[in-house]
Amino acid sequence: MSTRTVEFELATPGLDAAGRDIRVPLGVAGPDADELAPEHMLINIGPQHPATHGVLRLVIELDGETVKRCIPHVGYLHSGFEKLGEYRHYNQIVPLTDRTDYLSPMANNVCLALAAEKLMGITVTERCQVLRVIACEMSRIISHIVWLGTTGIDIGAFTPVLWLFHQREKIYDLQEAWTGARLTTSLTRVGGMMADIPDGWEERLRNFCRAFPKVLNEVDTMFTRNAIWCGRNQGVGVISRAAAVNGSLSGPMLRSTGVDYDVRKDRPYLGYETYDFDVPVGEFGDNYDRYLVRLEEMFQSTRILEQALDRLAGLRGAPVNVDDPRVILPPKSRAMSDMESMIHHFKQVMEGIRPPVGEAYMGIENPKGELGYYFVSDGSAKPVRWRIRPPSFLNLSALPQMCEGALLSDVIAINASVDIVMGEIDR
Amino acid sequence: MTAPAPSPSVAALRARFGDSVVRHRVSCGDTIVWVARDRAHDILAWLRDDPGQAFDYLTDVTAVEYRDAELPLEVVYQLRSLARHADLRVKVELDKAAPLEVDSVCDLWTGANWVEREVFDMFGVTFRGHPDLRRILMWDTYAEGFPLRKDFPLRGHFSRSEQTRQALAANPESHYSPEELSLAETYHEIPDDMRERLSRGEHGEVA
Repeated sequence: MSTRTVEFELATPGLDAAGRDIRVPLGVAGPDADELAPEHMLINIGPQHPATHGVLRLVIELDGETVKRCIPHVGYLHSGFEKLGEYRHYNQIVPLTDRTDYLSPMANNVCLALAAEKLMGITVTERCQVLRVIACEMSRIISHIVWLGTTGIDIGAFTPVLWLFHQREKIYDLQEAWTGARLTTSLTRVGGMMADIPDGWEERLRNFCRAFPKVLNEVDTMFTRNAIWCGRNQGVGVISRAAAVNGSLSGPMLRSTGVDYDVRKDRPYLGYETYDFDVPVGEFGDNYDRYLVRLEEMFQSTRILEQALDRLAGLRGAPVNVDDPRVILPPKSRAMSDMESMIHHFKQVMEGIRPPVGEAYMGIENPKGELGYYFVSDGSAKPVRWRIRPPSFLNLSALPQMCEGALLSDVIAINASVDIVMGEIDR
Repeated sequence: MTAPAPSPSVAALRARFGDSVVRHRVSCGDTIVWVARDRAHDILAWLRDDPGQAFDYLTDVTAVEYRDAELPLEVVYQLRSLARHADLRVKVELDKAAPLEVDSVCDLWTGANWVEREVFDMFGVTFRGHPDLRRILMWDTYAEGFPLRKDFPLRGHFSRSEQTRQALAANPESHYSPEELSLAETYHEIPDDMRERLSRGEHGEVA
């Protein structure tokens, strides 16, 4: 086979390990990119392909049906959120977070508020903490539902996605009742929430918590001892414990290898240390363990939701927002009738919140892994730097390692088991 | 009010590396250590391998450029010790007048691969010894510069019309080799002139 015939100058030449300029005509980097063994074949998957779960492009070098190399290409959905954040007030960044990991928007909102509050040294009220725990765990359930349903489809099981998405609709209805939006929730504000939950909402969530484990049990019956499911997943996409830690994997990807790192337990926030829940940990680090970990996490999230609902009942009527005029707007009725409140309202909306000079990194356990928001403030109303530590970006970077030596059809199963969301990877 | 105590790793670092540890600060409960650029790789390797430190998990690598143009650009390493439940943020200052270069930590943590590429892509920091340093989020032919630098305007350097012109002039096929477009099997059988046109990434005429 010929060497590469189409090349183009890189406007920004990349560098290899020896410091020489490299060109990446094929999108296949590496010293031997030009030397494709004659019997090898290149396969392009994506960026428009249903099994890549978004606009991910994989270039795969095959020897027969065995994967020799897998090179992911990302960036097709790059929106420059981090740059946009530098031009916005802290509360104005909340809508951007909806759109990063759009499968768990409420958890992203919570992380942003926590990061800004850490920067300002604010502790939110107890009711707000409980509401945020509910938001995070609802997000974990819907995100894992999407993962489990679509993974089932990738592997050839269509039925569970219908059962599961029915449950997901119920959570979306709850999100809509709470925030007015199904996807772009923008739930939190620095120091509190956009709104308290509406009347009768707790009962609806309780109904969900009663019904949902039954559906999960059905999925469990369908999948866990299913011969096809086991055959496609057991021993596929294995990553060792050491490689997972060294590769900065997080979330279920890391826990499936046997590392019990869960930010909720190891660096507790929102009072997670006071909830009674277990962190499932895998053993073999393969697709099947990742499935088991995520399935159990949904049961555990339901447990946490029930405990949070019990606490909420004891906090009825308690304030949601902190009593801190630096960050919380005065009530609308006061702002419309009282001059001082109106000025305060105006200044806060127009000028934004001003955290002190400093920087804060806040990591939370998102469904995909450790989501971290890192703020650097120079004392102005807009952050100098807003960094998103994207869990699926780092999890995806281990894909070539997991795919090497697997079969082509396994690539789809492995890619599904990573649980990526391109909105967050490309940001 | 007394200042919160820094992480004990700071004292250990000072004892081990002396002046290479430039300064430290505690911000919002997190300890930040600034280290000399030339020793950064050694210090990070020591932090990872020393049993008393055991920062085995690289949470994140990123960079910060301040609005004050006088201030240096910082590369930030967010470390985590899974066993000790401890965090440490290590920063390396890069003088913006000199080439932005720092040693890659890919050999210590494979997880640094993509995040260092992202810093290269967004800030133009070169990581020496990185196995595959090229743009990751922006496309390979991207010519406007480094988007997260403060001298980069929010809407980019080029006007909207210039961006549109470039997008229309771009030839997506030239980004793919014929082999990649599944022509590989028949590549040698196609006429020479067609092969030549393909190699130039030319469009066919649509009749």
